[in-house]
Amino acid sequence: MLGWFDANLVSILNGFAIGALLFVLAVGLSIVFGMMDVLNLAHGAFFLVGSYLAVSFVAGDSWGGFLTALGVAAVVGLLAGAVLSGMTEPLARRPILDQALLTLGISLVVAEVLSIVYGNDVRSVSPPPGLDGSVDVAGSAYPTYRLMLIGVGLVLALVVWLVVERTSVGALVRASVADREMVSAMGIDNRKVKVAVLGIGSMLATVAGVLAAPVYGARPGLDETILLLALVVVVIGGLGSIRGALIGALVIGQVESLGRALLPDLASFILFGTLALVLIVRPRGLFAGKVAHS
Amino acid sequence: MLEVRGLRSGYKRSTVLQGVDLDVPDGRVVGLLGRNGVGKTTLIHTLMGLVTPSAGSVHLDGADLTGRRPDVVARAGVALVPQGRRVWAPLTVTEHLALAARRGRGRGPWDVPRVIALLPRLGERLRHTAGQLSGGEQQMLAIARALLTNPRLVLMDEPSDGLAPAVVDLIGEAVAGMKAEGVTLVVVEQDLHLAFAVADEIAVMDKGRVVHRSPTLEFRSDSSVAAALLGVA
Repeated sequence: MLGWFDANLVSILNGFAIGALLFVLAVGLSIVFGMMDVLNLAHGAFFLVGSYLAVSFVAGDSWGGFLTALGVAAVVGLLAGAVLSGMTEPLARRPILDQALLTLGISLVVAEVLSIVYGNDVRSVSPPPGLDGSVDVAGSAYPTYRLMLIGVGLVLALVVWLVVERTSVGALVRASVADREMVSAMGIDNRKVKVAVLGIGSMLATVAGVLAAPVYGARPGLDETILLLALVVVVIGGLGSIRGALIGALVIGQVESLGRALLPDLASFILFGTLALVLIVRPRGLFAGKVAHS
Repeated sequence: MLEVRGLRSGYKRSTVLQGVDLDVPDGRVVGLLGRNGVGKTTLIHTLMGLVTPSAGSVHLDGADLTGRRPDVVARAGVALVPQGRRVWAPLTVTEHLALAARRGRGRGPWDVPRVIALLPRLGERLRHTAGQLSGGEQQMLAIARALLTNPRLVLMDEPSDGLAPAVVDLIGEAVAGMKAEGVTLVVVEQDLHLAFAVADEIAVMDKGRVVHRSPTLEFRSDSSVAAALLGVA
């Protein structure tokens, strides 16, 4: 067992890095869907916008470009989420599918614009100075940047969890997931909550895109790959549940990484096999946050 | 205080309310009775703004609330204690009270200590989540949540639903306590004992309209109306 662990340590660490990224992505998607029934299929496109912002701003051997990319991505994400919230508002009383189609359309437009601006080649981004080397982890060389990614992802996860579970704003979000009609019956305007949550959720997506750029680079199609993984995490974790998104992200991170390393031909089967297995055992996800009412 | 005129409302394929007229005077408690499916809950939901009316009007102290969003209706002074309680299961009692007081703080006499004085059981459960509470405690929490918005009018939909008789008595006491504080109430109730105990006046709905209105004492002494409209002796 220990021997196996040693042999696959790099894959396991990679799994944590992917898991941390997926959590930051999926938590926004999950809360927005659990709370407002808005399935934001543009989430992957927002991620890719972040990655291309890193391509644009990261240049040479300095932290300046990387931090600028993070700042710009945060602002762009916030604004994009707020605009998206406004665009879905006229569809608020229509079925979920109508809103999903709107966000799918937006994601296609965004992806096309990115492809026009940046071309169809795979673009790579170098990690900021000091993080571009590798460190020795139990005898294996492991990229420093990925270790930092795991750390940043876990810190972000902790911050999001604390805000949602321990603050009054978080209580408002959880109440909205449980029963948003009763929140509005308290005199609170749901639409403002939706703008804020979509804005912050989208910001997490663009920021995750920047953070991931030194690992995955930026290329057409990355948005769809990422969206699919995030959706699997949300479905496995349960809609609107922070804990579910965290556990789901860590599980899918390992499934992706170990699956690709050990059984490369079957990686996709293992991913969706995990999804199917969870849905058979727990049809509403591991930690469904949404409570049905009459 | 509340003036409802010719209110028509319902859901996609069916009009449930066929022209409701209802007046609720300031400081009074109106018990709203009627058989299942006559539109009591639809009326409550339409008054709160959860269902959009197709015709008619709703005024509160002269302000037009017809077809307004629920948060606007709530800020105008209407609070809902819904059927099935609909507390937020993952939130603690304290979080419920804080969230409810968010908009209502300072707009009237109700604050957290005063609500807990009316519903002392909640004071012992502050750290519990709503999902851990008994049905009666959840109902008290739903009442507390409504009061903390400092409403002028409280709409209660089947407060005794699914509760044991001893707990129903506690809810009745809470309603009496609210009434003593001058809260105006519309109480939808199947439990005639509770309705008679708290209501000053009785309104009876049938087929989407209010078809009868009388003071509670008068209604109780004339059993023919109850027999005809409610199917009880």
